[in-house]
Amino acid sequence: MAKATITFEDINVTVTAPAGTRIIEISEKVGSGITYGCREGDCGTCIMKVTEGWNNLTEPSVLEDKVLRENMAGKHNRLACQAQILGGVIKVKPV
Amino acid sequence: MIRQPLFNANGLPQAIALSERVHWVGALDPTLRTFDIILKTANGTTYNAYVVRGSEGVAVIDTVKQNFADEFFARLESVARYDEIKVIVLNHLEPDHTGALPELMRRAPKACVFISQKAQAMLKALLKQDEFEFTPVLTGDTVSLGDRQLEFLHTPYLHWPDTQCTYLPEEKILFSGDVFGCHFCDNRLFNDEVGDFRFSFEYYYAHIMRPFKDYVARALSLIEPLLPLTAILPAHGPLLRDQPQRYVQRYRELTGNALPSEISGNEKTLLIFFISSYGNTKRMAEAIFDGAAGVDNVRVSLYDLEGSEVAPFVDLIEDADAILFGTPTINGDAVKPVWDLLSSLTVINLKSKLGGVFGSYGWSGEGVRMVEDRLRGLKLRVPFPGLRIKLIPTDEEIQQCRQFGQDIAEDLVGIRPARIIDIAELG
Repeated sequence: MAKATITFEDINVTVTAPAGTRIIEISEKVGSGITYGCREGDCGTCIMKVTEGWNNLTEPSVLEDKVLRENMAGKHNRLACQAQILGGVIKVKPV
Repeated sequence: MIRQPLFNANGLPQAIALSERVHWVGALDPTLRTFDIILKTANGTTYNAYVVRGSEGVAVIDTVKQNFADEFFARLESVARYDEIKVIVLNHLEPDHTGALPELMRRAPKACVFISQKAQAMLKALLKQDEFEFTPVLTGDTVSLGDRQLEFLHTPYLHWPDTQCTYLPEEKILFSGDVFGCHFCDNRLFNDEVGDFRFSFEYYYAHIMRPFKDYVARALSLIEPLLPLTAILPAHGPLLRDQPQRYVQRYRELTGNALPSEISGNEKTLLIFFISSYGNTKRMAEAIFDGAAGVDNVRVSLYDLEGSEVAPFVDLIEDADAILFGTPTINGDAVKPVWDLLSSLTVINLKSKLGGVFGSYGWSGEGVRMVEDRLRGLKLRVPFPGLRIKLIPTDEEIQQCRQFGQDIAEDLVGIRPARIIDIAELG
């Protein structure tokens, strides 16, 4: 299975994980400052900034796009509870 | 000044004039004693709604709780016809301000609803329908009523994501929503006529606005340039026409720290709270304290929860950078004093503070994991798995505790080396 590395820049921790893993499955366990509310893509609490490897994440769904828009999320922002890693190198941090 | 009666000669509710073009059309709820479960009120509350008349139409700003709709509509009808209503502004969608909205939309079908950008999904959920018109607005957006104009200020999270303020520049009046509000019902309405409501104002801020201090500060940076205002008209409590700037100043003061800071700018604060039945969790706490205290630029404090009320700790925690909880497990749970403190923390912002848990246990030790989950739920980051030790800690386990404290302190000051780990190691 393809592996990816995801770096949580706020705590300087890089995790190797298989493709398909959601960022929520990793970030809490390593203690990143990305925080969660509903955990199901509705509330926008877990908006994070993707600083590298945008294309190494699954594309946002229509619903995620809507939540990002309504929360006036900035460029290269995603919901950590929705984004899944695909491969390669990804770097993220809390907004 | 002649006091205007809230009811006309026939006993019908009537609007109260704030100026020739601005009227209060809200409702009084003097017998309310508990609001939203979490707030007490000795004086009931008011649901404040307003009408602004321009040369080309009328705006209604907010409505009231549903069971007070009759009073609201009667007051509204005393100053405007439904076919004149061009604009409905919702500064906040909570049901105590939108309870009369569906009926108002039915009676004033020409009106366009103006809500904040973040209110859109909420409004649909509230009305349980998708087929209606509304306009999402942000700071700088305006709507014209002819010779009166409404300007919108995007002030989210005061105290819901959807909140906004609306400004009437021609009269220098701010319709502030829940900001600057309080639960205090006095039929004299105006802050220069009602009884002493200072306690209610402070209490309301402490329970409703304090968790969102950062957002309050951002909102004030939009509101302060509007000073001097002739009035601040909140959605609850007295109408602030006398020295409204005093309330803006007080909010600015309240966005500061509850306690004066005692540490230098480059230090981080770590608070360790514990409670112990046989002294084992206490020994862990002391060893964690030792480990953390050895790290430069970390000010560590140790508190036995058995020896204090909860409330003073809330102020300390608000200012702290990291908090640890030590709890034994009794009957499969963390102990009540720990839960009591944790359940008191919803009035402050804990987002991204560092948290951690430890504790001694007899046979199953669930308490530590439960508190870890609670800390994550409170939006703390928990970078180290909780430290659990069965009954009496050995010397080796005491050393583990010291290392736990040191790791946390090093993480706090950002001197832990970069780590590369495999997801399988995370458990």
